Amino acid sequence: MILRRIGLTIFYILFIPFCIAWVYPLLWTLGVSVQSNSEAYNGSLSLLPKGFRLSMLLPQNWAQLIQVFHFGNYANAWYVASFGQFALNTVIFSITVVVFVVLLCVLTGYALGRHSFPGKKVFIGAIIVTMFIPHGYTIVPVWQLITTLGLNSSLWGMILAEVGGAHVLYILLFTAYFAGLPKDLEEAACLDGAGFFRVFFSVMFPLSMPIVATTCILQFIGTWNSFFIPLIFSINQPKLQTLGVGMLSFTSDYASNIAGMAAGAVITFLPIVALFVFFQRYFVEGIAGAVKQ
Amino acid sequence: MDIGVVSQSAIEHGGKRLLSRQQKRIHLFCYLFLLPQTVMYLAFTIWPILASYYYSFFNWDGVGWPTDFIGFQNYQGVISDPFFWGAFQNSFLYTIATVILVVPGALIMALILNNRKLKGVIVFRTLIFLPVVLTMAVVGLVMQDMFGYNGFFNRLLMWIGLLHQPVEWLNSAIIAMVLLILIGSWKGFGIKVIYWLAGLQTVSTEIYEAAHVDGANVIQRFRHITVPMLIPFLIVITILQTNESFHVFDLVRTFTNGGPFFGTDVVPLYIYNNAFGSLVPRMGYACAAGIVFGIATLLVSLGLGLLARRFGQRNTL
Repeated sequence: MILRRIGLTIFYILFIPFCIAWVYPLLWTLGVSVQSNSEAYNGSLSLLPKGFRLSMLLPQNWAQLIQVFHFGNYANAWYVASFGQFALNTVIFSITVVVFVVLLCVLTGYALGRHSFPGKKVFIGAIIVTMFIPHGYTIVPVWQLITTLGLNSSLWGMILAEVGGAHVLYILLFTAYFAGLPKDLEEAACLDGAGFFRVFFSVMFPLSMPIVATTCILQFIGTWNSFFIPLIFSINQPKLQTLGVGMLSFTSDYASNIAGMAAGAVITFLPIVALFVFFQRYFVEGIAGAVKQ
Repeated sequence: MDIGVVSQSAIEHGGKRLLSRQQKRIHLFCYLFLLPQTVMYLAFTIWPILASYYYSFFNWDGVGWPTDFIGFQNYQGVISDPFFWGAFQNSFLYTIATVILVVPGALIMALILNNRKLKGVIVFRTLIFLPVVLTMAVVGLVMQDMFGYNGFFNRLLMWIGLLHQPVEWLNSAIIAMVLLILIGSWKGFGIKVIYWLAGLQTVSTEIYEAAHVDGANVIQRFRHITVPMLIPFLIVITILQTNESFHVFDLVRTFTNGGPFFGTDVVPLYIYNNAFGSLVPRMGYACAAGIVFGIATLLVSLGLGLLARRFGQRNTL
């Protein structure tokens, strides 16, 4: 018992610093984002800005904190380097993609999981087979399709390209979920005179909320972090850039502005980290479900 | 399916026909529900696959419709381009290295986090997982600064005393490649831990207890219960990691952009640069490169699948 406790203590002594080192790049970014740029540019090991003393945490000294912590980096990033615009684009892009993906997948999953009809097996087979055909890089035809539709000068182009990928995982999750619901649900609704649409929208769709939540979280994080498609559709159009692409333009234009870069990175990371921490359960269940499928 | 609700009299008077009409209506609704997904699927999955094969036979700069048919010249160009093979080699190196680091590493981490005696598992799991949700492109840019001349790592190593003056880490192709592999592994590590944890949790505790009662020790239990039950997960996780690593783009584009002098170029970046990065876009050429790489990665996946099957059979014998 004592031996085990000693073993566990040694383990904690090694493992806790390991975990801190693991997320240190994130702490570093946070620290640099409130340093003055000259301090950030010359590289400092301290996570806290130069001139910080513990006594500043006393309420009467709070005014000094604002002088030491350069929160102005955030204002600069937001207004001057147009991270405000990038953030707005990313929010619109992510939310729209999530709404469309959920709609597409819930409709598909309901039809596949709840009903049988001629051609169902062909449909499922086609979706699964395309996972194995070499896609090569299909981005050129996708880019051409969006350009031909005349959508490459608005956010709609990248939204459509992002929604267009086959979301096999979500379809399978919805299909399995709907197939597992008891049969009498629909029969009861039908006896009350509800048609196909009513049954779906007032009974089945609300019941599928757990899968909707999982899809929303996974797809939102995926779209927020998406880079390839936004890059292709907005590299020469700063007004359409998302946070990732905007960061790339920012660092190539202002390579020496490390503090501004860090503030931009925090603006990019913070919403998604918060979302992940709050909705961790759905996220973990979703991806655990993926590997079990 | 069978939500056909028919009144009693309807069943008496030729209900069969009514029922089938009802059923037809349901089929129609099903097709209606599948329609949006089908349209998107045809437009953004089937058409791009077919079109990229078609375009690969043209000399085409992406303006208008391709007209300059050149047969297999794009393919010949790809196959005889040393930069393509350089990128190809880097892609494979990156993939093999990340698989070797991540797949067993994540298993060890999952075994640690699966230990019931450990306190604060959720906090540890959250921390280990955190890099996964970060935007890869931004991570690449942050890391570029951390490994820069005045960056964090030079300062740290000088403070410890391992370095006397700063080093330009990213000026060496070998070091840049090693860093890419380490950062890529770090970034995708957490998700594989979750996969392994899902796998470990399918091994029921009853089997363990039974084995414990029969006198099997920790190592025997791991060898004879955990390992065989985890093999399907090993295969799936290896395939997922392989796939992810073959398609690495964001990190390479932002961290090294393929440099120094194409030393860390990978095939997705090579394709991107041919299609979108140069003054004269070579769309057809990019398609051909994509197809050559697609076939190579498919062969690897098939190989892994066959290996898995053979391994699975031997295990059941």
